[in-house]
Amino acid sequence: MNQVWRIAVKVAASVAVIVAAASVTFFAQLAVPGDRATALMNLQTGQEKLWTAQELAPLNERFGFDDPILLQYLHYLGGLFQGDLGTSYTQKRPVADVIGGQLPPSLILTVAALVVAWLLALGMTLLTVRRGRFLSGLGSAWEALTASLPHYWVGVVLLVVFAVQLRMFPIIGGTSAWGSVLPVLTLAIPLAGFLGQVTRDEFVQVLRQPFVTTARSRGMSDLGVRVRHVLRHAVLPAITLSGWALGALVSGAVITENIFGRPGIGQVLVTAVNTRDLPTVSGIVLVVAAVYVVANLLVDLAYAAIDPRLARGAR
Amino acid sequence: MSALSWPLRARAWAWRDRLPSLGTTLSLLVVGFVVIAAIAPALLTDRSPTAIDLTSTLLPPSWQHPFGTDDAGRDLLTRVIYGSRLSLGIGIGATALAFLIATVLGFAAALSGGAVDAVITRVIEVAFAFPALLLGLLVITIRGPSLATEIIAVGIGSAPGYARMVRGQVLAVRQAGFMEAAAALGHRRLPIWRRHLFPNAMRPLVAVVTLGIGQSIVWASGLSFLGLGVPPPSPEWGALLDAGRLHITTSWWLEILPGLVIVLVALSVTALGRTLQNRLGGASR
Repeated sequence: MNQVWRIAVKVAASVAVIVAAASVTFFAQLAVPGDRATALMNLQTGQEKLWTAQELAPLNERFGFDDPILLQYLHYLGGLFQGDLGTSYTQKRPVADVIGGQLPPSLILTVAALVVAWLLALGMTLLTVRRGRFLSGLGSAWEALTASLPHYWVGVVLLVVFAVQLRMFPIIGGTSAWGSVLPVLTLAIPLAGFLGQVTRDEFVQVLRQPFVTTARSRGMSDLGVRVRHVLRHAVLPAITLSGWALGALVSGAVITENIFGRPGIGQVLVTAVNTRDLPTVSGIVLVVAAVYVVANLLVDLAYAAIDPRLARGAR
Repeated sequence: MSALSWPLRARAWAWRDRLPSLGTTLSLLVVGFVVIAAIAPALLTDRSPTAIDLTSTLLPPSWQHPFGTDDAGRDLLTRVIYGSRLSLGIGIGATALAFLIATVLGFAAALSGGAVDAVITRVIEVAFAFPALLLGLLVITIRGPSLATEIIAVGIGSAPGYARMVRGQVLAVRQAGFMEAAAALGHRRLPIWRRHLFPNAMRPLVAVVTLGIGQSIVWASGLSFLGLGVPPPSPEWGALLDAGRLHITTSWWLEILPGLVIVLVALSVTALGRTLQNRLGGASR
């Protein structure tokens, strides 16, 4: 019962954060200087002028700009629960339709990058931690360097070296598996460095624990000890950080999609920011925030599953 | 801080401990170079960043043009040097703005406690649900791209993290013995806050500010790279990257070299921040 209650509280807190995030995006739409209907009319016609009340009436009617703010706010929140994110100013169709089709390629990109980053980080940790000064030093230097590289530079270097010079990969890869290799690596390399740094510190600590000596004294091989006993403890902090990393990954995905001309919300987002299509930008920001909150909730729950000490409530 | 607060050391101060390490020295050199470039770019190059030379467009790096030339025949190294002022300025401006917001929020939350603290803490938590870049993009959509917008976007994007740190720092210092002592001596609240609380809470954050400047430079050039910051004729580093994207299949140096400069500067500033952090005593992250 206690367990169910704990999960219920966490879910409720996450829903509250998402509603609060929706409030931020709603009030952001009000923050645009000047009259929204006028701004919208200028945007759609490409003219800069004052419009008459009659000309603006259909827009006010359609978007409900004349309603009291509170009513607009409740309408917006109510719409969200039915999957209505508002209407795009420039494309004149529901924001949910605009981003719906673009979401899967972006999700595939970020999740693939997260998996690859974990594989790279774990590989580096298992192979280089406490393997002599040279290997350890090489490993941590590599991690410190890659963790601080900006995505746009990693992407551009990979593109120039492997697509332009060596011609191993297409320059504009679309969403094909082969064309996705470079975008996934662009996102994964800095993240792997970051996760590796965290896991390495923890790994060194855990290797000193008495249960490691016990396992060794039972005649277990070095690799066996590392994989079976040490790893389980060492990955805990990095798992917590993976939820956070998802946010950084989404930011990186926006940039990566633009470098490689890969379809996804990154492209839609940059176009929308350029045309100042606030409902579309708000919609994407809100969806990403929601994904982020849900992912962190899952990480929180997964944590308890990996570390049984937490599930029993003995913190 | 008195000598009593220093950790006990196994051996006496050696002169070597006072000398900066190789990494710190290199970082100081890089940062020093960029600061000179930002203040007086003409000292480092006698070329003009805007001199168009249509007979030498898109030349690869050579002795004459160490970073090559762009599609208007302008010397890329000269443009990077002249761009330092903008890039460094945006980085410092954005960090300053972020810390101003963070200090106000953090102090207000920690000092008032109760309902105000709860509300501000929730607001910070909600802001954390937005990745920094997206929060920045929201600001740009509302205000339209410009230099000021870029500073505000990066500043607001990175403020929530600092606000949480400031709040934690103030809460920790409030518990310190010297706060109790000052109150026991009969000092009034405001002077105690000004003379004891503020300096002691903020001192460990000096290193964090330094780290923040490095990050802000990277974030801001990311926005410009997307074409949402300072627009391309400007030699701002991110704008140079944006301009170079058109020629990426033929002229790699337009992307790789300005990017390398950003990476080197960010790494150096970060390294200096870490050194500061170690010398000042650990600050919470």
